[in-house]
Amino acid sequence: MTKQALLTAACCAASMIAGPAFGQHTATAADQPDLSGIWQAMNTANWDLEAHAAAPGPMSELGALLAIPPGPGVVVDGAIPYLPEALPQREENRENRWTADPELKCYMPGVPRANYMPYPFQIIQGTDTIMLSYQFADAVRIIHMNDPGPAPAPSWMGWSVGRWEGDTLVVDVTGQNDQTWFDRSGNYHSEELHVVERYTLETPNILMYEATITDPNVFSRPWTIRMPLYRDVAENAQVMEFNCIPFVEDVLYGDSGK
Amino acid sequence: MLDRSCRKRTAAGTGAAKLSAMVAGMLCIAPALAQPGGDGPAPSADEWEVPRLPNGRPDLQGIWTNKTITPFERPQELGDQAFFTPEEAEQFVASMLERGNQDNRTDDVRDVLNAYNAFWWDRGTELLANMRTSIVTDPPNGRIPPLVPERQAELEAERRAITERCEQQPGCAITNSGEMGPAWDPKVLDLMTRCISFGTVVPMLPTAYNNNYQIVQSADTVAILTEMVHQVRRIPTDGSPHLPEHVRQWFGDSKGRWEGDTLVVETRNFTGELHGRLRAADENLRVIERFTRVAPDVLLYEFTVDDPTVWTQPWSGEIPLTRADGLLYEYACHEGNRGMENILSAARAEMRAAGDTEKQE
Repeated sequence: MTKQALLTAACCAASMIAGPAFGQHTATAADQPDLSGIWQAMNTANWDLEAHAAAPGPMSELGALLAIPPGPGVVVDGAIPYLPEALPQREENRENRWTADPELKCYMPGVPRANYMPYPFQIIQGTDTIMLSYQFADAVRIIHMNDPGPAPAPSWMGWSVGRWEGDTLVVDVTGQNDQTWFDRSGNYHSEELHVVERYTLETPNILMYEATITDPNVFSRPWTIRMPLYRDVAENAQVMEFNCIPFVEDVLYGDSGK
Repeated sequence: MLDRSCRKRTAAGTGAAKLSAMVAGMLCIAPALAQPGGDGPAPSADEWEVPRLPNGRPDLQGIWTNKTITPFERPQELGDQAFFTPEEAEQFVASMLERGNQDNRTDDVRDVLNAYNAFWWDRGTELLANMRTSIVTDPPNGRIPPLVPERQAELEAERRAITERCEQQPGCAITNSGEMGPAWDPKVLDLMTRCISFGTVVPMLPTAYNNNYQIVQSADTVAILTEMVHQVRRIPTDGSPHLPEHVRQWFGDSKGRWEGDTLVVETRNFTGELHGRLRAADENLRVIERFTRVAPDVLLYEFTVDDPTVWTQPWSGEIPLTRADGLLYEYACHEGNRGMENILSAARAEMRAAGDTEKQE
């Protein structure tokens, strides 16, 4: 056998041994930006996606401790375009925010809210899967980079399918149940919610985040939120355990059997 | 026919020798394991090389399961026998499958607990490929060591107090802990009923079902998602130090490092409030785990549990994790915890009926 043929045989034998199922890993670091790291929003989107002035908190005894801080809003074009018949529900939610907000109950927050809660989250970018691990309630999302088909059933954190468009990670999120709110001000959605996210590293430590929200049951057209996410560069940065279940058991079950 | 020499080759060893022995053991005992869903011929132990990330570290990613009918502790009658013979294995599997499918229902309060059969369990139908007679490998008798006397006394006193309380007054129930206990307040119920944890999470021990884990790995972090109940362990491998001593977490604080091609994870800073196999543990608990990819579809998992104020010696176990079919799905437990509402309302109704109106601490 010639030297060339021997080399060819060796190379092909090697790839057969490695096998298609596990040997052919694409080099994510080489091809795409690596979004891995600990990130957190620095805004008041979790209080209210729309621009808002400061307002009192739930109990006057707590004074400024839990007052609502002001914020210029994160909605591109300013206002959330509710259908007229869907707006009263938002107002009712807002009136009942101190009891009805699912965040209060330590329920998983859904998408996009999980990304702008005032707590860090970690992106672990693997080979064909990206995991987003949130500090709040140990909520987690798996972004499938190889399309696994449609969502099998509604869930709290939805069904995420991702792809790269140049240097932007685009994530299509479907299959969320209708139990979550977008913020602490009662902005809500139905089970038809469809979110398309875009993640772009503007600088090594700033991840620009956009989410376009479509829900024909609630909104008259798609609308977009946009905000920077900032990398936690502290030496000892880590996402710690925030299991809030023990803190909400009294409020959730206090009435059980009374 | 199973090759007896395979069993010998899986005997204890260290490092690379153990690695290749384990691979040889895997492949000759359970050839199907080497390539479920894979294409082409199974690579021999000499040819296979662990796939690597761009930074050269072994790739541990994938969806793995530790479901098995291998018992956690060795049946007493097997003494120091660490491995099944092929004939014994067949008999054991048959008897376990039959036992798992019996009608165990009783006429007492345990009826619901006992009503599960093979339809519900997801333990699979196979022993671990290492043919061991237990998950526990040390102490040599395959059973966890005795408790330190002080800890034993503490736990017995607690149980006596609970039994007395439950015999004399209403408001108790047998819940997921399997034992009678107070049921009028979430704070006194078990972690499973509260949806805080179903299994131990650390270490990764099989339970009744949803024995599924997903590992996603970046250059400096190995993340392990435990399907039930969606806990994520974020394990840095960049030399980060542990949290300060006084900071405690339910599932501790895990930090990892590479020793050759083995990921070594040390976890400490536990609150000590755990359950299941670690129910006796306290805040001095430390767990060491080792992850080694030994075959295309096998991730060798070894663990050591050490709690000097609880067990008289550390104890260790071994589970070759295998690739699971399909994907992980969301296990949202707390969000729909109707069981908690029902348990509390029943216990409180019982107490009201008995004229017990004071809220118990």
